[in-house]
Amino acid sequence: METVPLSDLGLDEGAHLLIERGLARCGSIEVQGTAANLAVDLPAWCRARGHAIERTRSGFAIRRGTADRWCGAERAGSIARPVDHAPVRWGLAARGALVEAGAPELDLPLARKQDVWADEAARLYAQAAAAQWDPATAIPWDAPHDHPAEIEDAIVQIMTYLIENETAALLVPVRFLGRLHPQFREVMQLLAIQAADEARHIEVFTRRACLRRDTLGLSTAGGQASLASLFDEPDFAIASFLLSVLGEGSFLSLLWFIRDHAPDPCTREVARLAAQDEARHVAFGLAHLQRHAREDARLCDRLAAAIERRHAALAHTAGLNGEVFDALILLAAGGWEPADLRRGHAAVVALQRTMDDGRRQRLNRLGFDSVRAEALSALHTRNFM
Amino acid sequence: MTDLLLGAVAYDAKVVPIWDGFREFFTSNGLPFDFVLYSTYERQVQAHLRGEIDVAWNSPLAWIQTDRAARAEGRRAEAIAMRDTDRDLTSIVIVRSDSAIHAATDLRDKRIGVGAADSPQATLIPLASLAEAAIEGRVVRHDVLLGKHGDHIGGERDAVRALLAGTVDAACIIDGNRLAFVREGLIGATGPTAVRVVHQTAAYDHCNFTVLLDPSPPPLLGRFRELLLGMSYEDPKLRPLLDLEGLKAWLPGRTEGYAALERAVDRFATNPVFA
Repeated sequence: METVPLSDLGLDEGAHLLIERGLARCGSIEVQGTAANLAVDLPAWCRARGHAIERTRSGFAIRRGTADRWCGAERAGSIARPVDHAPVRWGLAARGALVEAGAPELDLPLARKQDVWADEAARLYAQAAAAQWDPATAIPWDAPHDHPAEIEDAIVQIMTYLIENETAALLVPVRFLGRLHPQFREVMQLLAIQAADEARHIEVFTRRACLRRDTLGLSTAGGQASLASLFDEPDFAIASFLLSVLGEGSFLSLLWFIRDHAPDPCTREVARLAAQDEARHVAFGLAHLQRHAREDARLCDRLAAAIERRHAALAHTAGLNGEVFDALILLAAGGWEPADLRRGHAAVVALQRTMDDGRRQRLNRLGFDSVRAEALSALHTRNFM
Repeated sequence: MTDLLLGAVAYDAKVVPIWDGFREFFTSNGLPFDFVLYSTYERQVQAHLRGEIDVAWNSPLAWIQTDRAARAEGRRAEAIAMRDTDRDLTSIVIVRSDSAIHAATDLRDKRIGVGAADSPQATLIPLASLAEAAIEGRVVRHDVLLGKHGDHIGGERDAVRALLAGTVDAACIIDGNRLAFVREGLIGATGPTAVRVVHQTAAYDHCNFTVLLDPSPPPLLGRFRELLLGMSYEDPKLRPLLDLEGLKAWLPGRTEGYAALERAVDRFATNPVFA
């Protein structure tokens, strides 16, 4: 029997750690100590833990109880990689933790690796964490701007449109985040930081809109109908496809367009930094859908059907509001001269072509052939997102 | 088949999930079982004697009340099972570490804070233990939820608060609650809120499942006891219930551990302090 000397350390000062360490090494121990209340505290402590205790001439003999909380416990996968299907009984346990049997079963239906995982998730998360920027210091809010008032109005309209779309881009992944099994930790972290990105975008677009104006622009029913169709999508793969691959992919082109045509450094920087974040969101969407498509041959058909369904549902809506379209022309024109407007209009037409090219390329990467990619890209919402 | 009906006292909200959980266990193991909650042990004891319940989850005082009333009617009561943690408890009398009280004999005529009047562990047994050593002080009761027989820890906590506030000179608590109150931060291991133990009672037993054997034992009693004693802490469905109820295993009942409380009840039965 091992002797565990407590010296004058009481059970009210942490002595139980020495006793538990002794019992873990050796089922029967003799505890010796001089703490004033040891004779009162030790039997009570043993009773509560199911250990047998007897007084000896030199201390207390303790025999470890047989009740074992960890019987039936199991590892929640391994730290290195997630399992293919995470059971709900692992609950919120960290991946790789030893989970006591009987933990509450949470409603975490996104539990299949095939549906959510991308090998790139950890790298993209690390990249996102390193690339976080502070809106207070990253944007030259005080930079001079001398563009005409009507160009400023156009910028406010574009910002209003961006805020609305970024709100959808925040809320859609967050709804899935709440249903994602934490076994897929890297995806969880990535969706969370994606939401933080969007929160920051909403902040900077709002702040930019309010630099010289105290009201925002217009929000149309058609634009909201397009976003609502994303919001209501219950399938993670389809939502991710419509939002990240097609929507945010198109948004990337739009943000670069704004950066290239912005009349002031502040607007340029807001668009540049947001685009930098959006590129990661698109990369994750593409990565996990590529992986999913490799494992599930029917996925591409489901995705195509989703585009067609959404197109039919939005057929009665106006799509991109005219005010946004016109604001983009004005932004690119930079003035009211006919030649400016012609140039601006051509730039917006080219933007739409660029968006279409990007969508077709991404559809190709998911496994759609060129003909199908072209047809599907043409069905994408006219609201861009 | 008629359910085996168990009575328990609702001393805390957790009583409901505990017995709901046990009901599920018993019924899924083929024992038709249900439970009734009472607001006080006195109501439960009366209902038991009237035959309205088959088994009573009794405090030690309720056991004595049932046993004595049954005997008076020529009937027999039996303690069929208890928790492992119901065996060999002690109560302690504590004083502040800076107190001039150093031995139990110093408690004579001092203000002794106790729990509820009907608490075996925080009132009756420690006071009787002192009285048997010819030590009597001025009893200051902390009646939290009378009728619950001290199951609610609030009376002991209030007695300790009174001790720390200086309105009593000593406080009576169950042994394990000293550590529990240290964990809560109510008392300290050192410093101004530290306490010293100046008296400890002999070991006694606490709750049990009580049945009345007359006119006849409850028909499903054997199966109930068998399932109860067979409950394993390693069963993940049962473990949270056993944790809530504060045990690792159910053990057969025994009654020799109630002798100290029997003496206390006899001693204080006519004392108006405990009326």
